[in-house]
Amino acid sequence: MAPTATQAAGSAPVFKTKRPLPFPLNIYQSAIGRKWVMAWTGVGLLGFVIVHMIGNLHLYEGPSRMYEYAETLRDLGGGLLPRTLVLWIMRVGLLGMFLVHLHSAYTLKERSRLASQRAGFIGGAKKYESKRDYIAANYASRTMRWTGPIVGLYVLFHLADLTWGWWLGDAYVRGDPYHNVVESLSSIPVAILYVVANVALAVHIFHGTWSMFQTLGVNNPRYNGLRRNLATVLAGVILVGNLSFPVLVQAGLVDEDNRDCPINDTTGLECLAEAAEAH
Amino acid sequence: MSGTNGQSQHNGQSQHNGQSQHNGQSQQSQSGTLNLTLRIWRQDGPDAKGGFVTFDAPGVSEDMSFLELLDIINERLIDEGGVPIEFDHDCREGICGTCSLMINGRAHGHEVATTTCQLHMRKFSDGDVITVEPFRAKAFPVVRDLVVDRSSFDRIIEAGGYISVNTGAVGDANLTPVPKEASDTSFDAAACIGCGACVAACPNSAAQLFTSAKLAHLNLIPQGQPQRWERTESMVETMEQFFGSCTNHGECTEACPKEISLDFIAFMNRDYVKAKIKNRKLAGQN
Ligand code: HEM
Ligand code: SF4
Ligand code: FES
Repeated sequence: MAPTATQAAGSAPVFKTKRPLPFPLNIYQSAIGRKWVMAWTGVGLLGFVIVHMIGNLHLYEGPSRMYEYAETLRDLGGGLLPRTLVLWIMRVGLLGMFLVHLHSAYTLKERSRLASQRAGFIGGAKKYESKRDYIAANYASRTMRWTGPIVGLYVLFHLADLTWGWWLGDAYVRGDPYHNVVESLSSIPVAILYVVANVALAVHIFHGTWSMFQTLGVNNPRYNGLRRNLATVLAGVILVGNLSFPVLVQAGLVDEDNRDCPINDTTGLECLAEAAEAH
Repeated sequence: MSGTNGQSQHNGQSQHNGQSQHNGQSQQSQSGTLNLTLRIWRQDGPDAKGGFVTFDAPGVSEDMSFLELLDIINERLIDEGGVPIEFDHDCREGICGTCSLMINGRAHGHEVATTTCQLHMRKFSDGDVITVEPFRAKAFPVVRDLVVDRSSFDRIIEAGGYISVNTGAVGDANLTPVPKEASDTSFDAAACIGCGACVAACPNSAAQLFTSAKLAHLNLIPQGQPQRWERTESMVETMEQFFGSCTNHGECTEACPKEISLDFIAFMNRDYVKAKIKNRKLAGQN
């Protein structure tokens, strides 16, 4: 390679090396290490999503069972520990994983953007002046940077809606999740938002599940095909489970017409507690 | 390879003695040439603004390679007093990794497991408009036209793509037993010719496939063990001075003329985190 033009500074590093932090923090300083942490936090979040979806199926058992499930979460630790302590530990852990996952996703995306000089926001779509012809990169893998933030914003709305009750206002009854879910999801715009966000989540999980094995180096050429199947099944089950809530509420199959207990945070909750006791 | 060679020989013969028409290609003289339009990236220097220039290429022989097509265009340019298009090439037999080019949005063109020098014009159709752009990444700056500087790859190799052995009397042959599986897989990795198509194809401009191939080549066999963890840490961290972050799209392996497997990337990821732990322990010993 003896070009006629002036030699470009091809060997000039694009990124500066930072002063290494002590082990194990130095793992997070490297891109591969950071991606590894991202995959682990992804596994944690995925675990949450699965358990959360399955737990929510209690909705189909009616108000008192749903109440009982929510109470069980608060009572985790079996009375050995202060009530709601375990729940709070899980919440803090979840928030931590969420923030780390987000930070790593954002910073690694920035790294790729800088390394591609002029890559577009979605997976370097604008890296070339002419049209790119992708072979392997699929819709899911190229939209991780869209589906991720959609899920993130949805989680904020979801908390404001069903945990903090800001959305429902006076209609929100703390401690009566069945009522809150049905009340919230019977609004058409909210139901649409839940559907869109959960489709995004499923698409995110489809690529994420396949990707995490690669990132963590847990792979074996013999089982690579199974990884795609696992990703499809997992994303599919999570999608069907999560979509069933807004769809069935909208279809009128989950409602409060035959409810035994009143809807308020005094006598209503006492009634639910008694019904739960009776199970 | 031998199969393809045999075929092209046969074709060549049939063209010479017009008798062997029975091979199905009855319209030899017409189907043998293509009229093409090329949109080629031209750029005067690293900091110059580049753009596409359109060239007509009538009567292109199907037996030409893509680089020979560029040669023809260049000869015409020189005859007309123009400046020839700069492009990288060396062996022209698919083994050196010097040729490059994004052809219609794919690194080394659309043929699977083929370098640009081995891409033949019979893979295109009459009337095609072919767009040619240089490989792009921040660490592959354009030198001129289609030539990019890939010396960032050399930096990665320098960081550990070797083994250190004492010289002296010649050792006995086959003194070090190498498991068959390890040598086979190492060989698969060693097939990497360092062309940079993986980086060019990658939407993130990550160099994971190249680096992982170079690492696996040595890390899988006994000769590479003494420096395994040092090599892994050092080559990965040098790579990360230049390239983006892998998101497991898998475009690299599709573009790779040597079909290097994504499994090597997983192997590198595993070895890198292990290296971080092991190198810390090693450091504590002295
Ligand atoms: C409940 C929510 C989430 C779950 C279950 C989840 C799960 C995962 C998993 C398992 C991975 C694969 C990790 C790897 O191979 O490195 C991943 C990757 C990723 N996640 Fe998430 N994630 C969630 C939320 C988010 C959010 C809120 C963002 C916001 C920016 C985000 C952005 C990303 C990105 C950019 C990747 C990398 C994609 C790639 O490898 O191409 N994720 N996620
Ligand atoms: S891994 Fe394949 S595409 Fe990448 S440099 Fe090596 S031969 Fe070229
Ligand atoms: S010129 Fe050597 S591989 Fe193409």
